[in-house]
Amino acid sequence: MYVKKEHILAWLKDCAAIFVEQRDFLTQLDADIGDADHGLNMNRGFERVAEKVPSMEKQDIGTIMKTTGMTLLSSVGGASGPLYGTFYIRAAGVVVGKEKLTLEEMVNMLSAGVEGVVSRGKANIGDKTMCDVWWPVVDAGNVAIEQGFTLEKALELMVQAAEEGVIATIEMQAKKGRASYLGKRSIGHQDPGATSSMMMVQSLQRIVSAG
Amino acid sequence: MKKLINKIENVVKEQIEGLNLAHPELNVSLEPRYVWRDTDQGRVALLSGGGNGHEPLHAGFIGKGMLTAACPGEIFTSPTPDQMYECGHKINNDNGILFFIKNYTGDVLNFETAVEMLHADGIQVGSVLIDDDVAVKDSLYTAGRRGVAATVLIEKIVGAAAEEGYSLEQCEKLARRMNNVSRSFGVALSACVVPAAGKPSFVLEDDEIEFGVGIHGEPGIERRTYKELDSLVDQMFAELIECPPYSRELREWNRELGEWQDVEVLTEEFESDCEYIVLVNGLGGTPGSELYGAYRRLHQNCESAGYKIARNLIGNYCTSLNMEGFSITLLKADSEILRLWDAPVNTPALRWGC
Repeated sequence: MYVKKEHILAWLKDCAAIFVEQRDFLTQLDADIGDADHGLNMNRGFERVAEKVPSMEKQDIGTIMKTTGMTLLSSVGGASGPLYGTFYIRAAGVVVGKEKLTLEEMVNMLSAGVEGVVSRGKANIGDKTMCDVWWPVVDAGNVAIEQGFTLEKALELMVQAAEEGVIATIEMQAKKGRASYLGKRSIGHQDPGATSSMMMVQSLQRIVSAG
Repeated sequence: MKKLINKIENVVKEQIEGLNLAHPELNVSLEPRYVWRDTDQGRVALLSGGGNGHEPLHAGFIGKGMLTAACPGEIFTSPTPDQMYECGHKINNDNGILFFIKNYTGDVLNFETAVEMLHADGIQVGSVLIDDDVAVKDSLYTAGRRGVAATVLIEKIVGAAAEEGYSLEQCEKLARRMNNVSRSFGVALSACVVPAAGKPSFVLEDDEIEFGVGIHGEPGIERRTYKELDSLVDQMFAELIECPPYSRELREWNRELGEWQDVEVLTEEFESDCEYIVLVNGLGGTPGSELYGAYRRLHQNCESAGYKIARNLIGNYCTSLNMEGFSITLLKADSEILRLWDAPVNTPALRWGC
């Protein structure tokens, strides 16, 4: 079983649909500890990405990921624009020319993306950021590779890690981004960036397992 | 909640169109979005930007003696790199471009990306990161002090310097020095309403204020009980003068090597018997009359502490939509700074000597 190019395109379209649906929810999470724009920004960015999907159908996965990253970079704004933009651009770098990905290649791709995010945003474990979802997701993927699990099973474990990662952000005190100015008052709130990242992982799993 | 807007998606676009109709001397690009004036040959170009919702910051400060251009983002959302990139190309006249960046994670990441893109095209770019908000105590556990109202003073002073013919290096050095002699502190009596959220970002009881707020409708560092104006100004003044030198690592762009370098930077001490430029800045929902009430008490505080107010500016300059509240900024001045402050400026929101 592979993650095919068609899956990636379907995933991007599905993300666009999710961020229409979850726009207000994400914005409300951001209103609690940030500046009340995360849902709106993700919605705007992925709407632009979805518009480009038809023109990306003949491209390889690397090019698709790069185009997605550049589009997010120029349409999202805020901190999430450069961070998600960098995620896709750096992920693109390790899947150049690919039409389909093995489990190992997919985990490798996500891992490269996360490294890019960390080099831009300099987050550490427990800072209450999207990385608190991405690190456990990549770890779960690597464990699945070691254990010789199927792609499908691996994605289920990655979703579980993402969901647990989001829950874990609730008790964290923000050390990065605008929520950090609240100090201890940021504790008790779910991180919006971690939440949108979790939604992206859930979507990837749903799309790939649907075949 | 009632708001003077049409569709949320068009808020910023329509407001920029309005600004342009009122000030046809400014030029506007809608896609990507930026506002600029025709550049003066032989002068460094000054480019600022940030989320919308702080008007008149920044587009209202474009004009002779101040900014060359501004890139407005969505409301409270930083602009994207393509805006600064295209705008940079538009205003480039080979004397270099100085970026004014307020210290927020989003602004920093987007502006840094644009610096790298312009550099790759052979354009000389300098930058100053403004972080004047002393409500934020440390940079270890937060994203560092925020950039707030001192931005107005710094853009004015460096704008005059560029007009006098300071080079990119000189403008950059001056801007960074201005940042290290500036301190701001803000309070909120009530929250603002972000159009997309449609309701206040927090709710306060009648006797409560948010102490130490930024300019994005976020709560402050703590909630305090409010009694009356004078004691509030006293508390703010104490925060402003009783703060030890602040050391933090700032990223500075090395134009020769084309890379970012982490540099340890220290703010300057404030002393009595020095001259200060004082800004009493409304956050958008406070009457001008109340700002003068605050200035009265601030003046008394400065007198008893021996701080000489050399110049003052009072009004809504760096706002947070309709937030009720205000901030105080002190900038330690010298003769060079005062000369640049007094120099003519001709922009939609700040105008004198012309």
